[in-house]
Amino acid sequence: MTRRRSLLAACTGLLPGACAQAPLDYLHGDGIQARSLAQLAWGLGIISLLVVFVIAVALIAAIVRRREAGGKHALAVRRDVGGMRWIYVGLAVSLPALLAMTVWTLLTIGAVAAPPTPPSLTIAVTGERWFWAVRYLDPHDPSGSFTTANQIVIPTGQPVRLLLSSSDVIHSFWVPRLGGKMDMIPGKTNIHWIQADHPGLYRGQCAEFCGLQHAKMAFAVLAMTPADFARWRALQLSNDLRQPLPPATIEAGLRVFASHCAACHAIRGTGAGGIVGPDLSHFGARTTIAAGSLPNTRANLAYWIGHTQQVKPGAEMPPVALTPRESSDLSALLEAL
Amino acid sequence: MATKAEHLPQAERAKLDRTWETAPGLFGWVGTVDHKVIGIRYLVTSFVFLLLGGIEALVIRIQLAQPDLHVLTPEQYNQLFSMHGVTMIFLYALPVLSGFSNYLWPLMLGARDMAFPRLNALSYWLFVCAGLFLYASFPFGAAPDGGWFNYVPNAARTYDPGPNIDIFALGLIFLGISTTVGSANFVVTLLRCRAPGMSVNRLPIIVWGTFTASVANLFAVPAVSLACAELWLDRNAGAHFFEVSGGGQPLLWQHLFWMFGHPWVYALVLPSMGIVSDALPTFCRRPLVGYTAVAIATVSTMIVGFGVWVHHMFATGIPVLALSYFSAASFVIAIPSAIAVFSWIATIWTGRPVFKVPFLYFSSFILMFVIGGVSGVMTASVALDWQLTDTYFVVAHLHYVLIGINLFPVLGGIHYWFPKMTGRMMDERLGKWAFWLVLIGFNLAFFPMHFTGLMGMPRRVYTYPAEMGVGGLNLTTTIGAFVLALGILLFLTNVARSLARGADAGPNPWDAPTLEWSVPSPPPPYNFGVIPLIASRHPLWEDRLEDIEDASVLERGFLLDEDRETLGVTPLDAEPDVILKMPGDTILPFALALSISLLFGGLFAKSIWLGGAGTLAVLVVLTLWFRPRAEPLQERPALYE
Repeated sequence: MTRRRSLLAACTGLLPGACAQAPLDYLHGDGIQARSLAQLAWGLGIISLLVVFVIAVALIAAIVRRREAGGKHALAVRRDVGGMRWIYVGLAVSLPALLAMTVWTLLTIGAVAAPPTPPSLTIAVTGERWFWAVRYLDPHDPSGSFTTANQIVIPTGQPVRLLLSSSDVIHSFWVPRLGGKMDMIPGKTNIHWIQADHPGLYRGQCAEFCGLQHAKMAFAVLAMTPADFARWRALQLSNDLRQPLPPATIEAGLRVFASHCAACHAIRGTGAGGIVGPDLSHFGARTTIAAGSLPNTRANLAYWIGHTQQVKPGAEMPPVALTPRESSDLSALLEAL
Repeated sequence: MATKAEHLPQAERAKLDRTWETAPGLFGWVGTVDHKVIGIRYLVTSFVFLLLGGIEALVIRIQLAQPDLHVLTPEQYNQLFSMHGVTMIFLYALPVLSGFSNYLWPLMLGARDMAFPRLNALSYWLFVCAGLFLYASFPFGAAPDGGWFNYVPNAARTYDPGPNIDIFALGLIFLGISTTVGSANFVVTLLRCRAPGMSVNRLPIIVWGTFTASVANLFAVPAVSLACAELWLDRNAGAHFFEVSGGGQPLLWQHLFWMFGHPWVYALVLPSMGIVSDALPTFCRRPLVGYTAVAIATVSTMIVGFGVWVHHMFATGIPVLALSYFSAASFVIAIPSAIAVFSWIATIWTGRPVFKVPFLYFSSFILMFVIGGVSGVMTASVALDWQLTDTYFVVAHLHYVLIGINLFPVLGGIHYWFPKMTGRMMDERLGKWAFWLVLIGFNLAFFPMHFTGLMGMPRRVYTYPAEMGVGGLNLTTTIGAFVLALGILLFLTNVARSLARGADAGPNPWDAPTLEWSVPSPPPPYNFGVIPLIASRHPLWEDRLEDIEDASVLERGFLLDEDRETLGVTPLDAEPDVILKMPGDTILPFALALSISLLFGGLFAKSIWLGGAGTLAVLVVLTLWFRPRAEPLQERPALYE
């Protein structure tokens, strides 16, 4: 038993340090929703550890306490009575604890079920095997709507409404540091919200088993100040490159894209309008490739295109054989978007 | 002190022996209906599945030992974790408890067999056949790969076109038949096949547990069988129960599955909690504290257990008002569990512990139960569960429940009843080594897993990137899993050695209070030479407990030696009612199980010929089974009328 307690101490001691490096840890949330949930997690977690501790002490005490010896056939009692006080006292102590946990839970539900203020931004996120299609909706001006993938950019300090659905199997939308999970179910749109109070990059992950590449169905939420967000949004709506490229490279890259990629992928402002895979408009601004599988660098991109089945076995994208020249033109273009 | 069937004249014993003995040879081996043989077969078979599931778990743990390993392909990983779950939950956890109950019930209740011995054999053979069926595609790399709860549409034909899910859907329906007939048998056995005086307030708690689980199974299993039938039709006949494009609803699967799945979880633990409630007192040298409270807690756990299934679906977008109800109901379930926990601690506190191996398993079980219980309370909190669900926190929780509350009592229970089953004691020294390895290995594997979950590792991922920061925790878990496996291996070594060389046990080596210890070890085929008359919950401790006034009568009673006979009693008070004529050896159950296998093989292959042949065979066997007899054999007019 001491072993278990020391293990416990070791784990709880290690935890804060370890959590600093764990991007999906939800004991430290940002934003009102995740913070309420984190408080509840600490609260119920501590109550639970206390219960385990008290029971362990009682159990050990019951086992080791001294008793007079008896013969092999002697019983410890002469009548089938006694001990009921344990049950009465035990219940008297557990019931208030349970009640407190229930009330705390209900209060937290009340606090996080709906955002504190009506969200002004609505984003539709659709789970697909195994990436995230993200569409920013502008109810007033359809030309203000646009599609992106695998990276959701939000302004800080305000709730963002999410319309969650799926185009194939059930997925679950989860950004632990910003809020709880919400399933994405085909034929159904679940409404969810998140809020980040501080700028930063928050990791998201599919949380419902969705087949071969459930493990590598991650995404990123990038929280920016409202001003930065407005600039980012304007960039998304424009067809400008983020980095200048020689026209010849652009043309060569687009040619490769058109012949090898455009059947499945789209880039706004070009003829490429495929809807099977993730929309690649402004791909260069994203932090990862293939839904969180690799950091977004030119080298990784070239590797991914030629080795999709090594990086993400079972992914719908076949490996694309390109000449070194084609590969270089294509990745130069995509990274500049 | 206890007494013995030896009081019966030798000639009478020989006659009973001749009447009840299983026939020699292959016919007897296949055709036996002896509940003791069937019980032990259930135990052995479920342990084979435990080992299979355990090996699958170890391979999974190797793959997850460090970030970004490539020991398994994603598809292999998905099949292994799915089969691990299916095997442990369906083919080990319930069948092993059926094994205990099949073996123990008639001996504890004072009957010569279960109410329907042939049905008992049928449920065993169906379990074996369904288990083999579920594993049929495994060697071909096409085992079920949708997880043990197999959500649609991931399991729909569109996304999983192979035979994998068809095996799962048909296999569960197949196994459901076994569970259903087995449960019906337990229910009727409890109501009718007891010794006079074994009234409901004197039943051992394992009987309460198994009875409760059986009644629940009768209501719960149809939900999953229906869901699986619908899934099979969706996949093979173009139905749209779950198909959105045809107006179906994916969430329908989840509701049906968990309406079954949650009560099933309680069916996996209530009988094993009963094992502890019955056996722990023997080692505390006193009766269980709060018998009535624990019996009521057992039943009420299950009743509330039927109203909490949505707590598996907190993140599906169901309105929060409904979720709050299910959350509160899930908190309520902690109350009966708390009653049981305090009753066990009180029993130890007011008793005088005897530190034998079973006591070690049962007392440490209490703490595992509490850890699994409080993590269950945490997941019962809707709001917190929005974070916890589908992370390793839940995996840690369910292993504390299934290993802590099922496997610990099972291992302790085997140490405890092994002498009854075999006539030999298990080795204490080896037993203690195995116990400490199991306890340490299990906690090393699964306690850190709570933190793996709190740090956000999702379930069912075949690998994880290093930057998730959970590599060290996962390595610890993997090491713990291997230590646990070593403990299990040592336990099995102990079983094998003790079978060959264990010390002679005698009828009651632990000086235990209940009826099964009044008969020789191993018991004769007819269990009781005479049907005893029961006057208390502790027939063998009556001489030492002053508050029991009447004495049970074990030496005299109904002899019932005309052919195979046992006594039927009234359901509540156990007044003698009728004499039941019991069937003898028959290969009909085996034949029926094979015929049903043929039928399911036909459904799987979608072969009208195979399926037709199976159906025909089923009809023929059933006709033989139910063929009219010249005289009514089952009952004779009542005794006192």
